[in-house]
Amino acid sequence: MTTIYSAKKIITMNPARPEATHVAVRDGRILGAGSLAELEGWGDYTLDERFAEKVIMPGLVEGHSHAMEGTLWRYTYVGYFDRMDPNGKVWSGLDGIEGVLDRLREADAAMEDPDAPLPGWSLDPIYFNNERVTREDLDKVSTTRPVGIMHASGHILNVNSKALEMAGLMKTGLNNPGVPLGKDGLPTGELKGPDVMTPVGIHVGFDRDMLACDEQGLVDFAKLCVRSGVTTATDLAARLPDEAVDMMSRVTARENFPTRIVPLRFHHGVTPEELIAHVLELKKKTSDRLRLGMIKVVVDGSIQGFSARMRWPGYYNGAENGLWYISPEHLKQIINSSLENNIHIHTHTNGDEATELVLDCMEEGLLKHPSRDHRFTLQHCQLADTAQFRRMSKLGMCVNLFANHHFYWGDEHYNLTVGPERAERMNACATALENDVPMAIHSDAPITPLGPLFTAWCAVNRLTASGRTQGETEKIDVDEALYAITLGAAYTLKLDGEVGSIETGKRADFAILEDDPESIGGENLKDVRVWGTVQDGRIFPASEL
Amino acid sequence: MPVTVIGGYLGSGKTTLVNHLLRNADGRRLAILVNEFGELPIDADLIEADDGDVISLTGGCVCCSYGNDLMMALMDMAKMEPRPDHIILESSGVALPGAIAGSVSLLNDYSLDGILVLTDAETVQERANDKYMADTILRQLQDANIILLNKIDLISDDKKAALNDWLQEKTQSATIIHTQNSVVPIEIALQSFEHDGGFSADRSTHSTSQFETKFFALNNSIDVKALAEELAEVPEIVRAKGFVQNEDGVLKTLQLVGQRFEITPAPNEVEAGIVVIGMKPLPELKTLAATG
Repeated sequence: MTTIYSAKKIITMNPARPEATHVAVRDGRILGAGSLAELEGWGDYTLDERFAEKVIMPGLVEGHSHAMEGTLWRYTYVGYFDRMDPNGKVWSGLDGIEGVLDRLREADAAMEDPDAPLPGWSLDPIYFNNERVTREDLDKVSTTRPVGIMHASGHILNVNSKALEMAGLMKTGLNNPGVPLGKDGLPTGELKGPDVMTPVGIHVGFDRDMLACDEQGLVDFAKLCVRSGVTTATDLAARLPDEAVDMMSRVTARENFPTRIVPLRFHHGVTPEELIAHVLELKKKTSDRLRLGMIKVVVDGSIQGFSARMRWPGYYNGAENGLWYISPEHLKQIINSSLENNIHIHTHTNGDEATELVLDCMEEGLLKHPSRDHRFTLQHCQLADTAQFRRMSKLGMCVNLFANHHFYWGDEHYNLTVGPERAERMNACATALENDVPMAIHSDAPITPLGPLFTAWCAVNRLTASGRTQGETEKIDVDEALYAITLGAAYTLKLDGEVGSIETGKRADFAILEDDPESIGGENLKDVRVWGTVQDGRIFPASEL
Repeated sequence: MPVTVIGGYLGSGKTTLVNHLLRNADGRRLAILVNEFGELPIDADLIEADDGDVISLTGGCVCCSYGNDLMMALMDMAKMEPRPDHIILESSGVALPGAIAGSVSLLNDYSLDGILVLTDAETVQERANDKYMADTILRQLQDANIILLNKIDLISDDKKAALNDWLQEKTQSATIIHTQNSVVPIEIALQSFEHDGGFSADRSTHSTSQFETKFFALNNSIDVKALAEELAEVPEIVRAKGFVQNEDGVLKTLQLVGQRFEITPAPNEVEAGIVVIGMKPLPELKTLAATG
């Protein structure tokens, strides 16, 4: 059974024939892309013209996202930017604290149980002139139920008095840098850092498995993928206990599940030996739409949380250097065992010192275990300098840069965290490509919204939220950006032989677009409209989710 | 529930210390929280039940791994019946124990007793110069109330003194104790630096190969400050605590850790007497002997 789809334009990402008018699909895979006459040679077919006025691209690949974005949409969105939920509703951005409180009041009014917690997410006071939300503000929403809103960065939580009471923290005499106090000596309701957030977070609906998605969350995450043209997405860092793996296997196997999910096993909480053993077990459970068997190692924290590890001269505002989340010994052990066992690792490094450590450990590991095609990938890697990109290239490493970051937090990095010079070189896409480092770009959803075409726009324009161009020389062109969100990302997952381009033998994974990203202009890339996706030949219109 | 945080870099002897404390719990129901079970070699005969994240041990002790969520593990532990007598929280090799202690202090069910940081005498200075780990190691030392200068048997006497001076300079005010195989009396390891809950170790004469404990019943009055200064000068003494009748006849509480001491009014209805814990052999403490 062969179907040939016609399209206004097919962007193949295959340099031998970059454009086509038709693509033939059989059994969920691509027979070929070309003209109708060329494809007719495959025998009997049905001509499907539903995409005749659309542009078809390879299904987009998000190389760094978290399926928990699906779960978060059950909470109240209070972000500054407009954002689409899994059901296609666009929630308008809120430009001040009053707007945030109004939206929370609406949510409060819609809840029947007066004691149930009210969680909100994606607050970002940077856009409110850094005016902080206080517990008194949130008390205006409710004094009976615990209310808590998570910042967009995920590093800070603001709560009301009721939530503090429930956690036993409505008292004076607290002495913790993560708990700022008001003039009355009581906490202001702002809680900074995971350890401080947890004891209160559980009372406002942000509980232990927030980083893991549940069944509904996974289904909702997949809807967001369809709406943004994504057919393959990572769930980058989960503990992956048996229950979660069973749930994910069951849900992704459903005939109407539209996304290939690639979950990576988080290194924390187990010894290197246990980690390797677990991942080898996980590999056996891999399936077509659930690709298991990779490791994510978190090396440091975040730049805006001042927990990233920085080389000299450190933070622009003089903040103390950040935190290591793994020792060099354990990192080396994981790298060495993974090279021995052919396990694929992605490392989270934000600061350039953390990146340097990974490069050092890789260099040492590869001497002992030469590996021709390991494709270990530095994730975020936001502050790497040119010398570090040269080393990545020599060591056969890939990079997945956080292109969205300089739009959302670029101004803050410029003014506060790393200062002008390093802010301009952050997420150095052009330098990566000049040095032949295989590169992807990412959203880190839910930290920023899932949407590779938006991410591509960020990398092409390097605009910050205030409208400044930050790092002119690190801009890449539209073709390079489109490659990064398809084959580039697929390569970092060792899936480039299966997905990422439209050519004979590959999966019939397509992003179906209303506009042509190649001709709309780099400055308009984010405005390309997505009709939906085709995944393994199955058609998923966003309008019918 | 009192909490003692145990920090220190990889290979400094944290796991050995935890095992040593478990074997010498002496009736205390200890709850050990470790980042991961890893190399924790709990003798099989001590294990009563093992359900993955929690290992129940004989004598009411328990060992839990907290993985990536320490705070949730602590909140779960607060619901445990019967409640443990003391929580020992082993932090990861790269963690800053002071930050962990700060987080623990936010939980109403817990009170922080102190931070003990282990160092490997052979490698600590090298690590403190490491390209990547230097500031982490130094911040760990600054956070400590007690530093165990462990594996002391592996370095020469000359080096011991120099190392001790170096550590003294790097730490704020920690008591430095020289140990071998992480062996330290449980009363010292788990003592409280944060609040005065009365001296409970005085009835225990628990000792190990390296330490000894002496009790002096003090029948006569003495200048407490002078006594404290004298004891502080005895390098073998790591800790002393008791109630002493001052020259003016008023009963005082004397607490001494290393070279630091504190003199406060004594509670009502206590008897004069002092416990001294120190490295073996404790020299003859003539003033105390004379006062008793």
